[in-house]
Amino acid sequence: MSNTHADTVLYVRDTMLPQKEPPASTVGAIGWAKTNLFSGWFNTVLTIVSALFILYLLSGLLPWLISPTWRAASLTECREILAAGGEGAHGGACWGVIRERWLQLLFGFYPSDLYWRPVLALLLLFVAIAPVLFAQYVPSKMLAFTALYPFLAVWLLWGGTIWGPLMALAGFGIGWAVYKFATPVVGSLAGIILTAVVPILWWLVLAGPIAGALSSILPIGIEAVQSRQFGGFMLSITIGVTAIMCSLPIGIVLALGRRSDLMLVKALCVGFIEFIRGVPLITLLFVASTLLNIFLPPGTNFDIILRVMIMVTLFASAYMAEVIRGGLAALPKGQYEGADSLGLNYWQAQRLVIMPQALKISIPGIVSTFIGVFKDTVLVSIISMFDPLGLANAIRADSAWNGVYWELFIFIGAIFFVFCFSMSRYSMYLERKLQTGHR
Amino acid sequence: MATLTDPPAESFKLSMLIYDTRYRSITIQTVALIGFLILIGWLISNTAQNLADLGKEPSFGFMTEPAGYDINQRLIEYNSQSTHLRAAFVGLLNTLVVAVLGCITATVIGVLVGVLRLSGNWLIARLMAVYVEMFRNVPVLMWIVLCMAILIESLPAPSAFRGEDPEKSMVLFESVAVTNRGVYVPEPLFSRGLGDVSIGGLFDVSLDLIAILIVLGAGLFVSNLIKKRADVQQNATGIRPRTWHLRLGVVAVPLLILLVVLGFHLGYPELRGFNFSGGTHLRNSLIALWLALSLYTAAFIAEIVRAGILAISTGQSEAAGALGLRPNRIMSLVILPQAMRVIIPPLISQYLNLTKNSSLAIAVGYMDITGTLMGITMNQTGRELETVLLGMLVYLAISLAISSVMNWYNGRVKLVER
Repeated sequence: MSNTHADTVLYVRDTMLPQKEPPASTVGAIGWAKTNLFSGWFNTVLTIVSALFILYLLSGLLPWLISPTWRAASLTECREILAAGGEGAHGGACWGVIRERWLQLLFGFYPSDLYWRPVLALLLLFVAIAPVLFAQYVPSKMLAFTALYPFLAVWLLWGGTIWGPLMALAGFGIGWAVYKFATPVVGSLAGIILTAVVPILWWLVLAGPIAGALSSILPIGIEAVQSRQFGGFMLSITIGVTAIMCSLPIGIVLALGRRSDLMLVKALCVGFIEFIRGVPLITLLFVASTLLNIFLPPGTNFDIILRVMIMVTLFASAYMAEVIRGGLAALPKGQYEGADSLGLNYWQAQRLVIMPQALKISIPGIVSTFIGVFKDTVLVSIISMFDPLGLANAIRADSAWNGVYWELFIFIGAIFFVFCFSMSRYSMYLERKLQTGHR
Repeated sequence: MATLTDPPAESFKLSMLIYDTRYRSITIQTVALIGFLILIGWLISNTAQNLADLGKEPSFGFMTEPAGYDINQRLIEYNSQSTHLRAAFVGLLNTLVVAVLGCITATVIGVLVGVLRLSGNWLIARLMAVYVEMFRNVPVLMWIVLCMAILIESLPAPSAFRGEDPEKSMVLFESVAVTNRGVYVPEPLFSRGLGDVSIGGLFDVSLDLIAILIVLGAGLFVSNLIKKRADVQQNATGIRPRTWHLRLGVVAVPLLILLVVLGFHLGYPELRGFNFSGGTHLRNSLIALWLALSLYTAAFIAEIVRAGILAISTGQSEAAGALGLRPNRIMSLVILPQAMRVIIPPLISQYLNLTKNSSLAIAVGYMDITGTLMGITMNQTGRELETVLLGMLVYLAISLAISSVMNWYNGRVKLVER
């Protein structure tokens, strides 16, 4: 028996074969296409249909987009250029409308020699939010500038005397000073009450006259711009950024109130949130444009932009409150109990333990609320303010450009897309950065 | 030995209202209540003062006065002599029409896009991602206005259909006319109709429609009975009897008989003079609003559906596969029932958003409740306070109704945990 194999096995390989290349159809571009595009007849049909669709779209769109009408001054002229070029009068876009009106779409009726001011305000906005957005790369001393920015931005946009914003800022300084120096004297409770009351009295009673007096003594200021000259994306961004910045703190307070044990506080917060969330923003804007003056003391007539900002902020706060409430509810109960067992009081526990975690959980919701608010600012065109859409309607009503629509809406839509899409990408970056749990 | 003594009986001090947790909550609530009441009182006194200065007295009496304006898109009888109240009601019905239509199409498109976005096909998945991002990141008002502009500017005028050799012809076997004044579709007519019945003297409902609904409902009920019997038989014997032809017949045959009895036929639109007549006229404003709201909301629904399906762990589908289920059965029996629990609540809140966004109808001139009550009625009567408050209440009622449906559903499907 032992010899049988000696006869049958003539050759035994004693070296390893070199590894072979995988079959060409499973790797590289072909392999990728086979698994991702042509796996099975159904997918093949889908791929071919959608490829044909894309081709059809591009073949129509690209010649339309690349159109020699940049210099046209009216729709008729543009149609003539296109007809002469052999594309047919409707074969191309009329980019002349963008060349002629893009500054208006960005700035509205803002005086053109002052365009540097909103531009500077926007650039400084990025500087101001950098320490908040990219905390690990930017020194935290920059936060001082962030705190100053709102006053600076108001001054840059509306112009006028510098003393108004300075006096408003001084109110916070006074509040801080009262807290610092009065608390040791009158006790903590009276100190806190004074800290709240004194600045409010300052703003209501003293700030205006003092600012007036100072500016007559020492007139430092830049040219004032009326609110009705605001328009275009500048208006959208001004309203949007204000509402976004103010709605987060208000939303946190409302969310805490809604989860509070205090029956009455809870009822008030629930009532407010559900009321605001139950009505469309447009009705709140009607309130801003027609009713707010009725609700306020006779003779009050303040700026329409400010009224709209207030309503949009209230609207955004209610949504923000619900998002943050979701984050609070998602925290395990042990976190609250742990904070209690460390002897932290309510506000300490919220600030040090609860909020950092709850806000982290709610980042996606917070950012999508921000995006929603920014998009919703175009609704002001319905109460006849000149945001980009309002301006687009005005341009389309102009006899030179009567009948143009794709070009305008592509321009406006693209800018909105850039803003909103980058916000959503930032939120994804933030989620990844803050993720500390197990994956 | 330590002796236990009672704590010294404290006398109540004013500072305890703040520092003693037993009283603090009462103090805070009292302060909040007083602050709230002062705020409300201040607002009301301002309002009363301002209205008195303007010489207006808050009252809803104007709602019963003749409206004096016409509404072109209406579901119930209305003319310019009708009251403001009826105008508001017509507007409310228009709001509900566009909301229901929008919710249906948005769900269909959204579910389709959401599933296709998860497809293994790279090209399709990318295409759907582009659609979703494009619609989500641009304001809905812009889509509405753009849809309206496309409909008005790019479609042919009715005059293009005229003549021996018209530039444009009607589509779908000469039955649908697509013009820049709207779309004309055939309307259902009954030559032996049953007439209308008036409900409470407020509006008329076609008896034909009621009859059709009753027959359809009865058919579905019987069909459901047949299904239940088949289930019982399958449970007992393991063999499912073939029932689809029975179930289809039970629904379709009585309906067809009823339609023949009523003399059902279609009224086609015809070009008369400068415009089409006959058929049902879907106005541009309705189509633009419907289309834009559906496409916009569908992008959000697609993301919800995708998230819901992704939320079900792969272990579920693997386990179902190990039990020997086929892929489509895995989807319908294992994945979808679980995904639905994740999908439905945000889906309903999207329906709510769509309903609220339908108030943007005012931008394209569709006469919904914002356009009638808070638009023309407000401008004609100068009653800003009453109309805006009433409009808000209507929207609030719709929202609360939808969210109570959502709460009911959430309670029903909630996982029962140990």
